[in-house]
Amino acid sequence: MSTISLLASSATLPDLFVFIAGALMIVGGAVGVIVMRNPVHSALSLILTLFGIAVLFIEQQANFLAAVQVIVYAGAIVVLFLFVIMFLGVDRNEEFSHEPLAGQRILAVLLVLIVVASIIALGSEAHWTGGAHHVVGPTAGPYDNINALGRAIFTTYLFAFEATAALLIIAVVGAVVLARRSGSTTSDEALPTGEPGFDPETEEVDR
Amino acid sequence: MSIPSSWYLVLSAVLFGIGALGLLVRRNVLVMFMCIELMLNAANLTFVTFSRTLGDIGGQADVFFVLVVAAAEVVVGLGIVVAIFRRRSTAVVDDLSSMKG
Repeated sequence: MSTISLLASSATLPDLFVFIAGALMIVGGAVGVIVMRNPVHSALSLILTLFGIAVLFIEQQANFLAAVQVIVYAGAIVVLFLFVIMFLGVDRNEEFSHEPLAGQRILAVLLVLIVVASIIALGSEAHWTGGAHHVVGPTAGPYDNINALGRAIFTTYLFAFEATAALLIIAVVGAVVLARRSGSTTSDEALPTGEPGFDPETEEVDR
Repeated sequence: MSIPSSWYLVLSAVLFGIGALGLLVRRNVLVMFMCIELMLNAANLTFVTFSRTLGDIGGQADVFFVLVVAAAEVVVGLGIVVAIFRRRSTAVVDDLSSMKG
């Protein structure tokens, strides 16, 4: 069955329009991320890609994930990126003309093309399928998506869900330890700051 | 049934390729992080597509966990970037070559 006849038999025109719009947002934003010289522009292009992904989530009846995608990714992660870009003051244009490793870009493009072609070839060889149907539970209708997802997370994936709580706590503590300035807290008073040649900055490396 | 799943899978393969290309050619560590986010989102799109075609909510639950792990990864990664920038005043990976043999 050719792609055209498959499309004519199954997909409606609004579905096709939404898919094309989402795909254009995704690919355009992704290309923008890697060609923009300014990191701020890259972050804004990343938001475009994330919105396109959310559009395609809604098109596939994953309504809750689309909302989470916009809130967590576009609302939190990209804002964190922008905050760090502004905080470090690296919102300047990057120099593209200088290539540190000769021929590295050509090789990178070739390798990526080979990888993508391999993925697509393997997928079409397997007729774009994989796995068994209805293992965890069915995806419900448009109004029961959150219901089904919550049921799966709090029963089948309960241990993984609790593990993510521990992961987030560890990440927060790690970020605080990494970004903390040494010498600014009272706990550093116990360190041998009086020794000759002691540098609080080098102390942090050994930690 | 709406759009064939093969279209979504090809799109996510292309998105993954663009992210990998950016990770290979860009030198700014923040942009490299963004390219990792692109690759994670390509995987998420694949998960949701298979969740729809196989009628299984497990794929969407996996996307939920990928989101959590991505958030933790960005927090720790940007903490490392801030720590490096504080001692080296650079966000370009080519300048971080002190372990070069």
